[in-house]
Amino acid sequence: MWEIYLRLIWEYFKTGLFAIGGGMATLPFLNEIGEKTGWFTKAQLADMIAVSESTPGPIGINMSTYIGFEVGGVPGSFLATVAIITPSILVILIISRFLDKFKDNFYVQSAFYGLRPASTGLIAAAGIGVVKIAMLNPDAWEVSGSLADLVSAPSLFLAAALLIATNFGKLKKLHPVVFIAASAGIGILFRFAGA
Amino acid sequence: MNVYLDLYLTFARIGGLTFGGGYAMLPMLQKEIVENRGWVSEEELMDYYAIGQCTPGVIAVNTATFVGRKIKGTPGGILATLGVVSPSFVIISLIAAFIQNFADLAVIKNAFAGIRVCVCVLIFNAVVKLFKKSVIDAPTLVIFLLITIGSLLLDWSPILFVIAAGTLGILLKVIGGK
Repeated sequence: MWEIYLRLIWEYFKTGLFAIGGGMATLPFLNEIGEKTGWFTKAQLADMIAVSESTPGPIGINMSTYIGFEVGGVPGSFLATVAIITPSILVILIISRFLDKFKDNFYVQSAFYGLRPASTGLIAAAGIGVVKIAMLNPDAWEVSGSLADLVSAPSLFLAAALLIATNFGKLKKLHPVVFIAASAGIGILFRFAGA
Repeated sequence: MNVYLDLYLTFARIGGLTFGGGYAMLPMLQKEIVENRGWVSEEELMDYYAIGQCTPGVIAVNTATFVGRKIKGTPGGILATLGVVSPSFVIISLIAAFIQNFADLAVIKNAFAGIRVCVCVLIFNAVVKLFKKSVIDAPTLVIFLLITIGSLLLDWSPILFVIAAGTLGILLKVIGGK
């Protein structure tokens, strides 16, 4: 168990140090942790995102705490939370001593010119991985070759409806938790998992 | 009230009452930290926030450390940060325990199958929003495409991509002249 705790601390420390640009930026790192350690599947990762978006608090912290709990119970969630915030605290305590110089430094600005699109790209790639698991069924598709087996019609309709609702008209101002709750209801009503 | 305790509790309240992470937290910070407490000025908060976005880690945590440090030095920074993450720790642990116990129920399985579709759309929207802010010219578009495709095809750690992109940003600006 100690080995798992130490690994948890190490992985989250790295995530806290390299995830730049807010909550979703932790996604590619968490994705990699799942793949490397086998602690959780991509489907579980998608569930964690949903829970993190629907509960109070910073999304990056919520996701880390959730995974920490899945891996090592309450001590696990505590260690994951502390490990991911430690690099932030250290970096900010150092930066706050020369705040203005940091902000206007040529090299800092130039590095972020490259880092911002890279962070977006990493989130996009990790997002595609989540879509594959959450909406597509590549195994059935390979067997039958029929597109109807790759993605189920109800999921496709729901995704299209949500895309429109979250981007256009009055509904887009609603909090994501509303859309998550509605999707849960539709999932239950139309038996999305076939259960 | 003891200032340390006040720092911790104020940030715990902010963490416990904001849904949706860093960006949603700004109005709460403005009200609690600037208006009610007068701990920092509006301009200072915006500076902290801007730097919090382009330093490693979660934005809300970075901002909390800044404000706490300004009020009560290093211990203040640590206490404010612990405050902002405390509610997450309690709430998420409870929910994770609940889901573990009920994950096999048909109704929960169906609910999460529906929720996962919504998560895909939320990630897509987040990427579009970040894309508009970060891809501002041809070089940044190339970096975005290289990293997206590279990350899909190669089994590299995201850390490598982050270091490579930061270096590339500096090289591009140095070569292109200031």
